[in-house]
Amino acid sequence: MKKARRQFHTSEGQKIMKNDFDRRAFMRISAMSIGAGALLQFSPLSGTARGALMAGLGRKQNGEAPGAFSIVQLSDTHVGFQGPPDPLGTKAFERAVDVVNALDPQPEMILFTGDLTHDSDDPAEHAKRFKAFREISGRLRVKKQMRVPGEHDAALDGGVLFRENFGETHYSFDHRGAHFVALDNVSQGKPIVGDEQIAWLKKDLSRFPKTAPIVVFTHRPLFDLKPDWEWFTSDGDTVMNVLAPYENVTVLYGHIHREDHKTIGHAHHHAARSLIFAFPDPSVAEKKPLPFNPQQPFRNLGIRTISGTTASRALAAGINDVELSIRELSGTEGIQQLLKVGESL
Amino acid sequence: MKRTLVVIAAVIALIAATQLSLAQEPTPRVVEITAKKFEFNPKQITLKRGERVTIRVVSSDRAHGFLVKPLGLDLDTDIGKPAEKTITPDTAGTFPAICDHYCGSGHGNMKMTVIVE
Repeated sequence: MKKARRQFHTSEGQKIMKNDFDRRAFMRISAMSIGAGALLQFSPLSGTARGALMAGLGRKQNGEAPGAFSIVQLSDTHVGFQGPPDPLGTKAFERAVDVVNALDPQPEMILFTGDLTHDSDDPAEHAKRFKAFREISGRLRVKKQMRVPGEHDAALDGGVLFRENFGETHYSFDHRGAHFVALDNVSQGKPIVGDEQIAWLKKDLSRFPKTAPIVVFTHRPLFDLKPDWEWFTSDGDTVMNVLAPYENVTVLYGHIHREDHKTIGHAHHHAARSLIFAFPDPSVAEKKPLPFNPQQPFRNLGIRTISGTTASRALAAGINDVELSIRELSGTEGIQQLLKVGESL
Repeated sequence: MKRTLVVIAAVIALIAATQLSLAQEPTPRVVEITAKKFEFNPKQITLKRGERVTIRVVSSDRAHGFLVKPLGLDLDTDIGKPAEKTITPDTAGTFPAICDHYCGSGHGNMKMTVIVE
Protein backbone atom coordinates (compact mmCIF):
# COMPACT_ATOMS: atom_id res chain seq x y z
CA MET A 1 0.00 0.00 0.00
CA LYS A 2 1.36 3.36 -0.94
CA LYS A 3 2.14 5.46 2.08
CA ALA A 4 0.55 8.86 2.29
CA ARG A 5 2.59 11.94 2.92
CA ARG A 6 1.84 13.90 6.03
CA GLN A 7 2.71 17.34 7.27
CA PHE A 8 3.71 17.92 10.86
CA HIS A 9 4.12 21.24 12.56
CA THR A 10 6.22 22.02 15.58
CA SER A 11 5.22 24.87 17.82
CA GLU A 12 8.12 26.81 16.40
CA GLY A 13 6.45 26.79 13.02
CA GLN A 14 8.68 24.20 11.38
CA LYS A 15 6.99 22.04 8.79
CA ILE A 16 8.15 18.47 8.38
CA MET A 17 6.99 16.13 5.63
CA LYS A 18 6.92 12.56 6.73
CA ASN A 19 5.74 9.14 5.64
CA ASP A 20 2.95 7.63 7.68
CA PHE A 21 3.45 6.05 11.05
CA ASP A 22 7.19 5.88 11.31
CA ARG A 23 7.90 5.87 15.03
CA ARG A 24 11.62 6.50 14.64
CA ALA A 25 10.78 9.59 12.66
CA PHE A 26 8.47 10.66 15.44
CA MET A 27 11.33 10.27 17.84
CA ARG A 28 13.56 12.38 15.62
CA ILE A 29 10.93 15.06 15.57
CA SER A 30 10.59 14.64 19.31
CA ALA A 31 14.29 15.27 19.73
CA MET A 32 13.84 18.56 17.91
CA SER A 33 11.06 19.54 20.21
CA ILE A 34 12.64 18.97 23.58
CA GLY A 35 11.42 21.61 25.94
CA ALA A 36 8.03 22.57 27.25
CA GLY A 37 5.58 23.87 24.74
CA ALA A 38 7.27 22.36 21.69
CA LEU A 39 4.64 19.79 20.84
CA LEU A 40 3.39 18.27 17.64
CA GLN A 41 0.12 18.55 15.87
CA PHE A 42 -1.00 15.72 13.67
CA SER A 43 -2.96 16.00 10.46
CA PRO A 44 -5.21 12.96 10.25
CA LEU A 45 -5.90 10.75 7.27
CA SER A 46 -9.23 11.54 5.71
CA GLY A 47 -11.30 11.20 2.61
CA THR A 48 -10.08 7.86 1.26
CA ALA A 49 -12.40 5.07 0.19
CA ARG A 50 -10.50 2.67 2.40
CA GLY A 51 -10.83 5.08 5.31
CA ALA A 52 -14.59 5.23 4.78
CA LEU A 53 -14.77 1.44 4.66
CA MET A 54 -12.75 1.05 7.83
CA ALA A 55 -14.79 3.75 9.52
CA GLY A 56 -17.91 1.74 8.82
CA LEU A 57 -16.33 -1.45 10.11
CA GLY A 58 -15.10 0.33 13.22
CA ARG A 59 -18.53 1.63 14.09
CA LYS A 60 -19.85 -1.89 13.76
CA GLN A 61 -17.17 -3.23 16.06
CA ASN A 62 -17.35 -0.92 19.00
CA GLY A 63 -19.80 1.86 18.32
CA GLU A 64 -17.07 4.50 18.10
CA ALA A 65 -16.31 6.03 14.74
CA PRO A 66 -12.61 5.59 13.88
CA GLY A 67 -10.60 8.68 13.30
CA ALA A 68 -7.65 10.72 14.44
CA PHE A 69 -7.04 11.13 18.11
CA SER A 70 -4.64 12.95 20.37
CA ILE A 71 -4.08 11.92 23.95
CA VAL A 72 -1.55 12.59 26.71
CA GLN A 73 0.02 10.08 29.07
CA LEU A 74 1.16 11.25 32.50
CA SER A 75 2.76 8.84 34.93
CA ASP A 76 4.17 8.37 38.40
CA THR A 77 3.27 11.71 39.90
CA HIS A 78 3.73 10.33 43.45
CA VAL A 79 1.78 13.11 45.13
CA GLY A 80 2.89 13.23 48.76
CA PHE A 81 6.45 12.12 48.13
CA GLN A 82 9.08 14.32 49.69
CA GLY A 83 12.73 14.15 48.68
CA PRO A 84 15.46 13.10 48.53
CA PRO A 85 16.20 12.73 45.71
CA ASP A 86 13.67 15.32 44.50
CA PRO A 87 12.93 18.17 46.90
CA LEU A 88 10.32 19.74 44.64
CA GLY A 89 7.32 17.57 45.54
CA THR A 90 4.48 18.19 43.10
CA LYS A 91 6.23 20.94 41.10
CA ALA A 92 6.89 18.75 38.06
CA PHE A 93 3.30 17.48 38.06
CA GLU A 94 1.97 21.01 38.32
CA ARG A 95 4.26 22.12 35.53
CA ALA A 96 3.07 19.21 33.39
CA VAL A 97 -0.51 20.37 33.95
CA ASP A 98 0.45 23.85 32.74
CA VAL A 99 2.21 22.40 29.68
CA VAL A 100 -0.76 20.21 28.76
CA ASN A 101 -3.16 23.10 29.29
CA ALA A 102 -1.11 25.12 26.81
CA LEU A 103 -1.46 22.54 24.02
CA ASP A 104 -3.43 23.74 21.06
CA PRO A 105 -5.49 21.90 20.12
CA GLN A 106 -6.15 20.27 23.44
CA PRO A 107 -5.77 16.48 23.66
CA GLU A 108 -9.00 14.57 23.91
CA MET A 109 -8.02 12.46 26.87
CA ILE A 110 -5.42 12.09 29.60
CA LEU A 111 -4.19 8.64 30.67
CA PHE A 112 -2.52 8.34 34.08
CA THR A 113 -0.49 5.14 34.31
CA GLY A 114 -0.26 4.68 38.05
CA ASP A 115 1.50 5.86 41.18
CA LEU A 116 -0.70 8.91 41.23
CA THR A 117 0.04 9.16 44.94
CA HIS A 118 2.82 8.08 47.26
CA ASP A 119 1.59 5.69 49.93
CA SER A 120 1.55 6.31 53.65
CA ASP A 121 1.18 3.94 56.60
CA ASP A 122 -1.53 6.32 57.80
CA PRO A 123 -4.66 5.80 55.67
CA ALA A 124 -5.91 9.31 56.52
CA GLU A 125 -2.67 10.81 55.22
CA HIS A 126 -2.89 8.70 52.08
CA ALA A 127 -6.46 9.89 51.56
CA LYS A 128 -5.20 13.48 51.73
CA ARG A 129 -2.70 12.67 49.02
CA PHE A 130 -5.46 11.34 46.78
CA LYS A 131 -7.33 14.57 47.41
CA ALA A 132 -4.25 16.59 46.47
CA PHE A 133 -3.86 14.56 43.29
CA ARG A 134 -7.47 15.26 42.40
CA GLU A 135 -6.99 18.95 43.04
CA ILE A 136 -3.93 19.21 40.76
CA SER A 137 -5.29 16.96 38.00
CA GLY A 138 -8.55 18.89 38.24
CA ARG A 139 -6.71 21.93 36.89
CA LEU A 140 -6.31 20.14 33.55
CA ARG A 141 -8.58 21.62 30.92
CA VAL A 142 -9.12 18.12 29.55
CA LYS A 143 -11.78 16.52 31.69
CA LYS A 144 -11.73 13.05 30.16
CA GLN A 145 -9.14 11.51 32.45
CA MET A 146 -8.58 7.77 32.85
CA ARG A 147 -6.39 6.18 35.47
CA VAL A 148 -4.92 2.89 36.60
CA PRO A 149 -3.37 2.42 40.02
CA GLY A 150 0.30 1.87 40.80
CA GLU A 151 1.50 -0.11 43.79
CA HIS A 152 1.93 3.11 45.76
CA ASP A 153 -1.77 3.83 45.23
CA ALA A 154 -3.30 0.45 45.80
CA ALA A 155 -0.98 -2.29 47.05
CA LEU A 156 -1.28 -1.61 50.78
CA ASP A 157 -5.08 -1.36 50.93
CA GLY A 158 -6.02 -3.57 47.98
CA GLY A 159 -7.20 -0.57 45.99
CA VAL A 160 -9.80 0.70 48.48
CA LEU A 161 -8.78 4.36 48.31
CA PHE A 162 -8.32 4.24 44.56
CA ARG A 163 -11.85 2.85 44.08
CA GLU A 164 -13.30 5.44 46.44
CA ASN A 165 -11.78 8.18 44.31
CA PHE A 166 -11.89 6.84 40.79
CA GLY A 167 -13.92 3.64 40.55
CA GLU A 168 -12.77 0.23 39.35
CA THR A 169 -9.09 -0.53 38.91
CA HIS A 170 -9.65 -2.32 35.59
CA TYR A 171 -12.12 -1.50 32.84
CA SER A 172 -12.33 -0.84 29.11
CA PHE A 173 -13.85 1.69 26.77
CA ASP A 174 -13.78 2.75 23.13
CA HIS A 175 -12.38 6.00 21.81
CA ARG A 176 -12.25 7.04 18.15
CA GLY A 177 -12.46 3.44 17.04
CA ALA A 178 -9.67 2.21 19.30
CA HIS A 179 -10.42 -0.11 22.20
CA PHE A 180 -8.73 1.01 25.42
CA VAL A 181 -8.13 -1.50 28.23
CA ALA A 182 -7.09 -0.45 31.73
CA LEU A 183 -5.29 -3.32 33.50
CA ASP A 184 -4.53 -3.46 37.20
CA ASN A 185 -1.29 -5.30 37.97
CA VAL A 186 -0.66 -3.91 41.46
CA SER A 187 -3.61 -4.04 43.85
CA GLN A 188 -3.07 -7.63 44.95
CA GLY A 189 0.20 -6.58 46.53
CA LYS A 190 2.16 -8.73 44.09
CA PRO A 191 3.02 -7.78 40.51
CA ILE A 192 0.17 -9.80 39.10
CA VAL A 193 -2.93 -9.33 36.96
CA GLY A 194 -4.61 -12.50 38.18
CA ASP A 195 -6.81 -15.20 36.68
CA GLU A 196 -10.07 -13.35 37.24
CA GLN A 197 -8.95 -10.21 35.41
CA ILE A 198 -7.39 -12.26 32.60
CA ALA A 199 -10.69 -14.11 32.12
CA TRP A 200 -12.41 -10.72 31.98
CA LEU A 201 -9.86 -9.53 29.41
CA LYS A 202 -10.48 -12.56 27.16
CA LYS A 203 -14.20 -11.96 27.28
CA ASP A 204 -13.79 -8.23 26.74
CA LEU A 205 -11.65 -8.73 23.62
CA SER A 206 -13.71 -11.57 22.16
CA ARG A 207 -16.10 -9.24 20.32
CA PHE A 208 -13.30 -7.64 18.31
CA PRO A 209 -11.71 -8.80 15.06
CA LYS A 210 -7.99 -9.50 15.13
CA THR A 211 -7.28 -6.23 13.32
CA ALA A 212 -8.97 -4.07 15.95
CA PRO A 213 -6.75 -1.29 17.33
CA ILE A 214 -6.19 -2.02 21.02
CA VAL A 215 -4.48 0.24 23.54
CA VAL A 216 -3.67 -1.31 26.90
CA PHE A 217 -2.64 1.01 29.71
CA THR A 218 -1.26 -0.31 32.95
CA HIS A 219 1.37 0.46 35.58
CA ARG A 220 4.04 -2.22 35.45
CA PRO A 221 5.64 -3.61 32.30
CA LEU A 222 3.86 -6.71 31.01
CA PHE A 223 7.17 -8.38 30.14
CA ASP A 224 10.40 -9.12 32.00
CA LEU A 225 12.12 -5.79 31.52
CA LYS A 226 14.30 -6.05 34.63
CA PRO A 227 12.94 -8.55 37.18
CA ASP A 228 15.70 -7.82 39.71
CA TRP A 229 14.37 -4.27 39.88
CA GLU A 230 10.79 -5.53 40.02
CA TRP A 231 10.20 -4.31 36.49
CA PHE A 232 7.90 -7.12 35.43
CA THR A 233 4.43 -8.60 35.89
CA SER A 234 4.54 -12.23 36.99
CA ASP A 235 1.68 -13.30 34.71
CA GLY A 236 2.49 -10.75 32.01
CA ASP A 237 3.18 -13.59 29.55
CA THR A 238 -0.35 -14.89 30.03
CA VAL A 239 -1.78 -11.43 29.42
CA MET A 240 0.30 -10.99 26.27
CA ASN A 241 -0.75 -14.44 25.03
CA VAL A 242 -4.36 -13.27 25.27
CA LEU A 243 -3.40 -10.20 23.23
CA ALA A 244 -1.14 -12.10 20.80
CA PRO A 245 -3.80 -12.82 18.14
CA TYR A 246 -4.52 -9.09 17.82
CA GLU A 247 -2.42 -7.35 15.21
CA ASN A 248 -2.55 -3.76 16.50
CA VAL A 249 -1.66 -3.63 20.17
CA THR A 250 -0.06 -0.71 21.96
CA VAL A 251 0.83 -1.01 25.66
CA LEU A 252 1.40 2.20 27.63
CA TYR A 253 2.86 1.88 31.11
CA GLY A 254 4.83 3.67 33.82
CA HIS A 255 6.55 2.36 36.96
CA ILE A 256 10.12 2.46 35.67
CA HIS A 257 10.46 6.26 35.75
CA ARG A 258 12.18 6.38 32.41
CA GLU A 259 11.33 6.21 28.74
CA ASP A 260 11.52 2.77 27.17
CA HIS A 261 10.24 1.25 23.91
CA LYS A 262 10.07 -2.39 22.97
CA THR A 263 8.22 -4.40 20.35
CA ILE A 264 7.35 -8.03 21.07
CA GLY A 265 5.33 -9.77 18.39
CA HIS A 266 2.49 -7.49 17.35
CA ALA A 267 2.64 -5.48 20.57
CA HIS A 268 4.46 -2.19 21.03
CA HIS A 269 5.33 -1.41 24.67
CA HIS A 270 6.09 2.18 25.71
CA ALA A 271 7.13 3.28 29.20
CA ALA A 272 6.67 6.95 30.08
CA ARG A 273 8.87 9.20 32.14
CA SER A 274 7.78 10.03 35.65
CA LEU A 275 6.92 13.39 37.17
CA ILE A 276 8.86 12.97 40.40
CA PHE A 277 12.36 11.52 39.81
CA ALA A 278 14.07 9.33 37.22
CA PHE A 279 15.72 5.94 37.39
CA PRO A 280 18.91 5.21 35.44
CA ASP A 281 19.47 2.76 32.60
CA PRO A 282 19.33 -0.62 34.37
CA SER A 283 21.96 -2.11 32.09
CA VAL A 284 24.67 0.19 33.34
CA ALA A 285 23.71 1.29 36.83
CA GLU A 286 22.40 0.24 40.21
CA LYS A 287 18.82 0.85 41.18
CA LYS A 288 19.12 4.28 42.69
CA PRO A 289 17.19 7.35 41.56
CA LEU A 290 19.22 9.72 39.46
CA PRO A 291 20.48 12.52 41.70
CA PHE A 292 18.59 15.79 41.72
CA ASN A 293 20.36 18.46 39.75
CA PRO A 294 19.35 21.94 40.89
CA GLN A 295 20.64 23.34 37.59
CA GLN A 296 18.14 21.17 35.71
CA PRO A 297 15.36 20.41 38.18
CA PHE A 298 13.10 18.67 35.67
CA ARG A 299 15.84 16.78 33.87
CA ASN A 300 14.60 13.34 32.70
CA LEU A 301 11.03 14.08 33.78
CA GLY A 302 8.35 14.60 31.23
CA ILE A 303 5.05 14.02 29.55
CA ARG A 304 4.03 12.00 26.52
CA THR A 305 1.74 13.01 23.72
CA ILE A 306 0.25 10.31 21.55
CA SER A 307 -1.24 11.17 18.20
CA GLY A 308 -2.76 8.56 16.03
CA THR A 309 -5.49 7.42 13.76
CA THR A 310 -7.59 4.30 13.54
CA ALA A 311 -8.87 5.16 10.10
CA SER A 312 -6.46 2.83 8.30
CA ARG A 313 -6.16 -0.91 8.85
CA ALA A 314 -3.48 -0.54 11.48
CA LEU A 315 -3.47 1.58 14.58
CA ALA A 316 -0.97 4.32 13.85
CA ALA A 317 0.34 5.92 16.99
CA GLY A 318 2.98 8.63 17.09
CA ILE A 319 4.74 8.61 20.43
CA ASN A 320 6.25 11.92 21.43
CA ASP A 321 8.10 12.08 24.73
CA VAL A 322 8.76 15.60 25.90
CA GLU A 323 11.10 16.48 28.70
CA LEU A 324 9.92 19.24 30.96
CA SER A 325 12.22 22.19 31.20
CA ILE A 326 12.05 25.79 32.23
CA ARG A 327 14.17 26.95 29.36
CA GLU A 328 11.61 29.39 28.04
CA LEU A 329 11.60 31.35 31.28
CA SER A 330 14.94 32.99 30.66
CA GLY A 331 16.87 30.95 28.14
CA THR A 332 18.71 29.08 30.88
CA GLU A 333 17.62 26.24 33.09
CA GLY A 334 18.08 26.48 36.81
CA ILE A 335 16.53 26.01 40.16
CA GLN A 336 16.81 29.72 40.87
CA GLN A 337 14.64 30.42 37.87
CA LEU A 338 12.16 27.85 39.08
CA LEU A 339 12.01 29.33 42.55
CA LYS A 340 11.56 32.85 41.21
CA VAL A 341 8.36 31.96 39.43
CA GLY A 342 7.08 30.49 42.69
CA GLU A 343 3.47 29.56 42.87
CA SER A 344 2.87 29.78 39.14
CA LEU A 345 4.64 26.45 38.82
CA MET B 1 -2.04 -69.24 44.03
CA LYS B 2 1.59 -69.33 43.04
CA ARG B 3 1.08 -66.30 40.85
CA THR B 4 -0.51 -64.35 43.75
CA LEU B 5 2.43 -65.06 45.98
CA VAL B 6 4.81 -63.78 43.33
CA VAL B 7 2.89 -60.54 43.01
CA ILE B 8 2.82 -60.04 46.78
CA ALA B 9 6.53 -60.64 46.98
CA ALA B 10 7.17 -58.14 44.23
CA VAL B 11 5.09 -55.48 45.99
CA ILE B 12 6.90 -56.06 49.27
CA ALA B 13 10.22 -55.79 47.50
CA LEU B 14 9.19 -52.54 45.87
CA ILE B 15 8.07 -51.00 49.16
CA ALA B 16 11.28 -52.04 50.83
CA ALA B 17 13.34 -50.55 48.03
CA THR B 18 11.44 -47.26 48.22
CA GLN B 19 11.92 -47.02 51.99
CA LEU B 20 15.58 -47.77 51.63
CA SER B 21 15.90 -45.05 49.03
CA LEU B 22 14.13 -42.53 51.25
CA ALA B 23 16.28 -43.49 54.18
CA GLN B 24 19.40 -42.94 52.13
CA GLU B 25 18.34 -39.49 50.86
CA PRO B 26 19.76 -36.97 53.30
CA THR B 27 17.46 -34.47 54.97
CA PRO B 28 17.97 -31.17 53.17
CA ARG B 29 19.76 -28.41 54.95
CA VAL B 30 17.37 -25.69 56.04
CA VAL B 31 18.30 -22.07 55.45
CA GLU B 32 16.01 -19.67 57.29
CA ILE B 33 15.58 -16.08 56.21
CA THR B 34 13.72 -13.46 58.18
CA ALA B 35 11.75 -10.80 56.32
CA LYS B 36 10.71 -7.48 57.80
CA LYS B 37 10.18 -3.95 56.48
CA PHE B 38 12.44 -3.35 54.50
CA GLU B 39 15.14 -5.96 54.81
CA PHE B 40 16.00 -9.61 54.75
CA ASN B 41 18.22 -11.18 57.35
CA PRO B 42 20.80 -12.47 56.57
CA LYS B 43 21.70 -10.24 53.64
CA GLN B 44 23.49 -13.07 51.88
CA ILE B 45 23.34 -16.86 51.83
CA THR B 46 25.59 -19.37 50.09
CA LEU B 47 24.31 -22.63 48.60
CA LYS B 48 26.19 -25.46 46.94
CA ARG B 49 25.46 -26.60 43.44
CA GLY B 50 23.79 -30.02 43.53
CA GLU B 51 22.93 -29.81 47.23
CA ARG B 52 19.26 -30.12 48.24
CA VAL B 53 18.39 -27.24 50.46
CA THR B 54 15.17 -25.97 51.97
CA ILE B 55 14.71 -22.20 51.88
CA ARG B 56 12.36 -21.07 54.63
CA VAL B 57 11.21 -17.45 54.81
CA VAL B 58 9.65 -16.13 58.01
CA SER B 59 7.98 -12.73 58.30
CA SER B 60 8.23 -10.78 61.51
CA ASP B 61 5.81 -7.97 60.66
CA ARG B 62 3.59 -8.25 57.57
CA ALA B 63 3.19 -9.87 54.14
CA HIS B 64 6.39 -10.14 52.12
CA GLY B 65 7.52 -11.95 49.03
CA PHE B 66 10.81 -13.71 48.30
CA LEU B 67 11.60 -13.98 44.62
CA VAL B 68 14.69 -15.47 42.97
CA LYS B 69 13.50 -16.27 39.47
CA PRO B 70 16.61 -18.15 38.25
CA LEU B 71 16.34 -20.57 41.18
CA GLY B 72 12.59 -21.07 40.90
CA LEU B 73 11.93 -19.44 44.26
CA ASP B 74 8.70 -17.42 44.53
CA LEU B 75 7.52 -17.53 48.14
CA ASP B 76 4.90 -15.54 50.04
CA THR B 77 5.03 -15.20 53.78
CA ASP B 78 3.07 -13.38 56.46
CA ILE B 79 3.13 -13.23 60.24
CA GLY B 80 2.68 -16.79 61.53
CA LYS B 81 2.82 -18.18 58.01
CA PRO B 82 6.37 -19.21 57.09
CA ALA B 83 6.88 -20.26 53.51
CA GLU B 84 9.42 -22.80 52.29
CA LYS B 85 10.58 -24.65 49.21
CA THR B 86 13.25 -27.29 48.70
CA ILE B 87 15.50 -26.82 45.70
CA THR B 88 18.66 -28.30 44.24
CA PRO B 89 20.54 -25.50 42.50
CA ASP B 90 22.25 -26.68 39.35
CA THR B 91 23.88 -23.47 38.20
CA ALA B 92 26.58 -21.54 39.98
CA GLY B 93 26.20 -17.81 40.18
CA THR B 94 25.19 -14.79 42.21
CA PHE B 95 21.47 -14.14 42.22
CA PRO B 96 19.62 -11.16 43.67
CA ALA B 97 16.56 -11.94 45.78
CA ILE B 98 13.82 -9.33 46.09
CA CYS B 99 10.64 -8.83 48.03
CA ASP B 100 7.92 -8.83 45.40
CA HIS B 101 4.98 -8.20 47.71
CA TYR B 102 4.68 -4.45 48.12
CA CYS B 103 5.26 -3.66 51.78
CA GLY B 104 5.50 0.13 51.90
CA SER B 105 7.75 2.98 50.97
CA GLY B 106 11.23 1.47 51.08
CA HIS B 107 10.05 -1.81 49.60
CA GLY B 108 12.10 -1.16 46.46
CA ASN B 109 15.31 -1.62 48.40
CA MET B 110 14.30 -4.85 50.15
CA LYS B 111 16.72 -7.34 48.66
CA MET B 112 19.48 -9.82 49.45
CA THR B 113 21.94 -12.02 47.60
CA VAL B 114 21.93 -15.77 47.00
CA ILE B 115 25.26 -17.23 45.95
CA VAL B 116 25.47 -20.72 44.45
CA GLU B 117 29.03 -22.15 44.45
